[in-house]
Amino acid sequence: MARGFTAWLVGATGLRALRGQTLLKVGLAIVLAFIAMAVICGPRGKEEYGRFPGIPPYNPTKSYSDLPRLSPPSSRNWMGTDHLQRDVFSRVLAGGWAPLVVAFASIGLAMSVGSILGWISGFLGSWPDRALSLTMDAIYSFPSMILAIALVAVMGPGLIPMIASIAFVYIPTYFRITRAEVLRVREYTFVEAARATGASSARILFRHIAPNTVNAIMAVSSFNIADAILTEAALAFLGYGLPPPAPDWGFDIQNGQRYLQSGYWWLITFPGLSILILSLGFGLVGEGISDLVNPKRRRKKLV
Amino acid sequence: MAGLTRYIAQRLVLTVPMVFILVSVVFLVLRIMPGDPVLAMLGGRNVSPELIAQKRHEMGLDKPLHIQYVEYLGGLVRGDLGRSTRTGNPVGKELVQRLPATLELAIWGMLFAALFGIPTGIIAAVRADKTADHAIRVLHIGSFALPIFWVGLMFQVIFAVKLGWLPVANRLSGRFAFTFQRVTGFYLLDAAILGDKEILSDVIKHLILPGVTLGLAQMGFLGRVTRAAMLEVLDTEYVTTARSKGLKERTVILRHALRNALIPIITVFGLQFAMLMGGAVLTETVFSWPGVAGFLIQSLYYRDWWALQGTIAFIGVFVATVNLVVDILYSVIDPRVRY
Repeated sequence: MARGFTAWLVGATGLRALRGQTLLKVGLAIVLAFIAMAVICGPRGKEEYGRFPGIPPYNPTKSYSDLPRLSPPSSRNWMGTDHLQRDVFSRVLAGGWAPLVVAFASIGLAMSVGSILGWISGFLGSWPDRALSLTMDAIYSFPSMILAIALVAVMGPGLIPMIASIAFVYIPTYFRITRAEVLRVREYTFVEAARATGASSARILFRHIAPNTVNAIMAVSSFNIADAILTEAALAFLGYGLPPPAPDWGFDIQNGQRYLQSGYWWLITFPGLSILILSLGFGLVGEGISDLVNPKRRRKKLV
Repeated sequence: MAGLTRYIAQRLVLTVPMVFILVSVVFLVLRIMPGDPVLAMLGGRNVSPELIAQKRHEMGLDKPLHIQYVEYLGGLVRGDLGRSTRTGNPVGKELVQRLPATLELAIWGMLFAALFGIPTGIIAAVRADKTADHAIRVLHIGSFALPIFWVGLMFQVIFAVKLGWLPVANRLSGRFAFTFQRVTGFYLLDAAILGDKEILSDVIKHLILPGVTLGLAQMGFLGRVTRAAMLEVLDTEYVTTARSKGLKERTVILRHALRNALIPIITVFGLQFAMLMGGAVLTETVFSWPGVAGFLIQSLYYRDWWALQGTIAFIGVFVATVNLVVDILYSVIDPRVRY
C-alpha cells in the first residue's frame, strides 16, 4: 500500500523525471537544505533569529560576554567566535537568508522585465527592436560584476539596492533568450494559423509564444541564481550588503579579512564554504535541468 | 578581403553607439546619485560655503547638466577623461599606468584557466557520460561556484600566513622598491630586462596566488565550452573517417578533432574576457593589486566621479575592442567564414 502511494506520488509530482539525474538530485538536495536553513534560522523580528528555541544556538547579532573573543572552533562554538564575541556557527546558519532572498528576487525581477521586453521587441521588430537590442547588447557585453558593483555603490548599501542592481545586470540575458525564441517561433505554422484565425497579437504572444520560451528560461535562470549568489556575496564583501550586525556571509568574510594576518582562518572559511556550496547547488540544478530539457542529449540516451 | 574590411567597418559602427550608450548611462546615473564629490573631496562638515562654491566652479559642476554632458563627451572623444579628485592626476594617465598590471594578471589567469580547462574538457568529451566525465563536470560547475574573493583570502591564509611560501599581496616586495625599474609596466618583463634573478623570482611569487585565484573561476567556463565543442566535433563524419582509416585514437582527438573544436573556444574568449575583468575587480581588491579594476573600487569608495565614469568607459571600450578583435580572428582562423 505504502509502496503504491510512493509510486503514485512519484508519478503525480513529476519526480519520475529525476530518475538517473544524479546532478539534479544532489543540486536539489543542497538547495532545499539551504532554503530550509534560511527559513528556520532566518530573521524573525528586529535582531531576533530562528523559528525554534535553540536554533541557531546563539543570537547571531548578539555579543556574549561569557564567550571568548576570537577563539577557534570548539565543542561549544563549532565554528569559533568572532571579534565581537559572537558565535560564528549561528551567524553562518542565519546568514543564508540574505543571499537567497536577493538571488531569487533579483533573478525573478530580471526574468519578468527581460522577458517582457524581449517579447515586445521581437514582436514589434523594426526600429524599436533595433534600439532596444543595441542597448541590451551594450549592457550585456559589459562585465556584469563591475556593473552590479557600480550600481549598488550609486544606490547605497542594503537589500533593495542589491536586488535592483543584480536584476538590472541580468535583464539582457532574458531579453536575448526571449527575443530569439520569439523570432524563431513566430515563423511556425501554428502561429501563422493562429493569426489566420484572427487571434490578436497579445493572444498569440501569451497563448502561443510565451509557453515555448519557458524551457529555455528555466535552464538559464538556475545558473543565473548561482551567479547572483556570488554577486550578492561580493557586494556584501565590499560593504554594500545588509547593514551590520545582520549576518551576511560576504560581510562576515570582510570582517574576517582583518584577522587574516593573525591566521584566524575560521572567520572566513565557514561563511565562504557556505557561499560555495549554495552556489554549487544551484549550478548542479541548472546542469540537471539542461540535461533534462536538451532533446539532443535525450536522443543519445535512447540510441 | 574586401568583405572582411566591410565587416570590420560594420562592427565598428555598432561598437561606437554601444560605448556611447554605456558612457551616457554612467554619466546620468552618477549625477543622480546622492553624495557630493566636492564635499567628499574637501572631506569634512566644517567647510565654508564659499570654498565649496569655488571648487564646484573649478570642477565645472555649477554648469547645467546638458552642458556638463556635452563637455564630458567632447573630452572623451579627445581622450580626455577628466581629473581624478582623489589623486589629482588625469584619469587617462592613471588608467594607462595601471593597465599593464591588470593585463599581466589577466594573462596569467587566462593561461592557468586554459592549462587546466582545455585538457579536462577534452577528457570529459572523450569519456562522455562515464565517471570521469561526471567528475569533471562537477569540477567545472564547482569552479563556477567559487566566490573569487574568498578563494583569494583562503590562499592568503594557507600559502602566505600559515605556510609562508608566497607573499600575501602586492606585485613586488618592498625591499626591491628602489632597485626595480619600471619600463613596460609588465613586471615580469621589466624584471627580465633588469636581469636580476632575485627580483624576477620575487615578481613570479607575487603573481602566483592572484593569477591562480583569477584563473580558477575561469577554468570551468573554458572546460565546459571545450567539452561541448569536442562533443560536437567527435560526432562528425570526418572523425569517423579518420578512425576507420586506422589512425591512433590520440591522433584523431588531438590533431583532427581538437583543431576544429578550438574555433568555438576562441569565439567565447570575448565573453570570457568580460568575466575576467569582473573577476579582476575582486582579485585586485583582495591582493592590493595596483590595476585598473582595483582603481574602480577605490574610486567608488571615495566617490571620485571622474575616475569612476572614466574607468567604466575605459573598461567598456576595452571589452568592446577585445570582442571586435576576437571576431576578426575568428574569420581568419576559420576559412569557412566569409563576410
